[in-house]
Amino acid sequence: MVASTLSRDAEIPFADRAASPRPGPATGLPVTVRGLAKTFGDMPVLAGVDLHIPAGQFVAVVGKSGCGKSTLLRLVVGLETPSAGDVRLGDASEARRSTRLMFQEPRLLPWKRVVANVAVGLDPSVPASRRREEALHALREVGLENRADDWPSVLSGGQRQRVALARALVSRPRFLALDEPLGALDALTRIEMQGLVERIWTAQLFTAVLVTHDVGEAVALADRILVIDAGRIALDVPVDVPRPRRRGDPKLARIEGRVFDHLFNDQGAGI
Amino acid sequence: MPAALVALWEVAARLGEIPPNVLPAPSGVVAAALRLARSGELAQNIGVSTLRALSGFAVGGGIGLALGLANGLSSLSEKLTDTTLQMIRNVPHLALIPLVILWFGIDEEAKLFLVALGVFFPIYINTLHGIRSVDPQLVEMGRVYGMSEARLFGEVILPGALPSIFVGLRYALGIMWLTLIVAETISASSGIGYMAMQAREFLLVDVVVLSILIYALLGKLADSVARLLERLSLRWHPAYQFR
Repeated sequence: MVASTLSRDAEIPFADRAASPRPGPATGLPVTVRGLAKTFGDMPVLAGVDLHIPAGQFVAVVGKSGCGKSTLLRLVVGLETPSAGDVRLGDASEARRSTRLMFQEPRLLPWKRVVANVAVGLDPSVPASRRREEALHALREVGLENRADDWPSVLSGGQRQRVALARALVSRPRFLALDEPLGALDALTRIEMQGLVERIWTAQLFTAVLVTHDVGEAVALADRILVIDAGRIALDVPVDVPRPRRRGDPKLARIEGRVFDHLFNDQGAGI
Repeated sequence: MPAALVALWEVAARLGEIPPNVLPAPSGVVAAALRLARSGELAQNIGVSTLRALSGFAVGGGIGLALGLANGLSSLSEKLTDTTLQMIRNVPHLALIPLVILWFGIDEEAKLFLVALGVFFPIYINTLHGIRSVDPQLVEMGRVYGMSEARLFGEVILPGALPSIFVGLRYALGIMWLTLIVAETISASSGIGYMAMQAREFLLVDVVVLSILIYALLGKLADSVARLLERLSLRWHPAYQFR
């Protein structure tokens, strides 16, 4: 987040879109959450969350399973309706179209070839003649252009998740929500994917919220880490370590330690 | 192996081991086929039977598909019709033959009605099941990615239900021929079944055997066409991939 807008634009792989109908520059959407609460039946899952995410920030949300972190994300992208409070994504008129969600599973349509699956992410207003080209462009970003005409069933788990990432990015979203998208991958593929997500985020400058149970992943990728506990934000720490970050950096380790302490002290207090 | 069996059958028939009034030699059946083909009777009867089968299938299958889709997509439609349909399903459709003859006589409508009723249920049930078993995660993905209801149906729900619809289709094709055979042998004035029944009265065993073989071939043909369609439209499915 240091480069000027101009030099960024020069690097954006999607910048050559004079013919594209999508207006405006690709900048992130700011997110504002006020008094957000959600109950399922009698179970409170979120109990009053206040949060502001500036445009273009990469936020990681961590917490134990069942703490409400996925619910928070689903509320932010509008997949659930809040029981109280509200979520504002930049200027609301465009928010829905410029928001993309990447799921824990790839959720590719098995009856569409890879390139057609990516094109699902394009706005219906994009003309048929440009759809394939734009989808191929996004596939090139994730390094899978040569698999464009394969069926999803022949890809590996990591490749499928990369196709899902291309589908999420093909419309150049201004807000990307990631719901543990790397959780099901093996350790090495996961590190590779983390690098890919970071590289694309650096180039495209969208606002990103990553829900994860992997504190190491949160520390490696995020500008800021939120720890959710019992439906509230229990800790909000900045990760002010310049990129590219090196694994095993002592500063990162210190932040990781702080997050872990918080996660487990809480448990200690509960017992 | 099948060729050897036919050869054995031919030899046994020529040696008189199988009396001709029980089972004629294969060459006799072929001769009967040629005789009937030359008189035009064969082509006409096959044409009549095929037309009956296909029109009954189109009517019954079309209604089954439409109701299956409607009940799979709308819970209101399902509440209104599903219980009734499940009750009717328990009546064997061939048991209705006396009633159908009273209603329609032995005209075309009777056969069309029976075939349509027979193919309706396998198509209906498998379409409904197919739509119910579409992965809800994919449907959610479609919604999140801004698909309209029409696109969601065309790109997610229908392709997801297709493997199951094909199961229903192939099952229905079997029932289609079975129903037609029964209907034509009981009451008809044309068609393969009628040809067989008439031959029986004149003790033309070769024509009876020929009719049975034609039914078998038509059934096999219908199944092969269905398999081909299935293979073409389910190319994405790991079970149908050849490369």
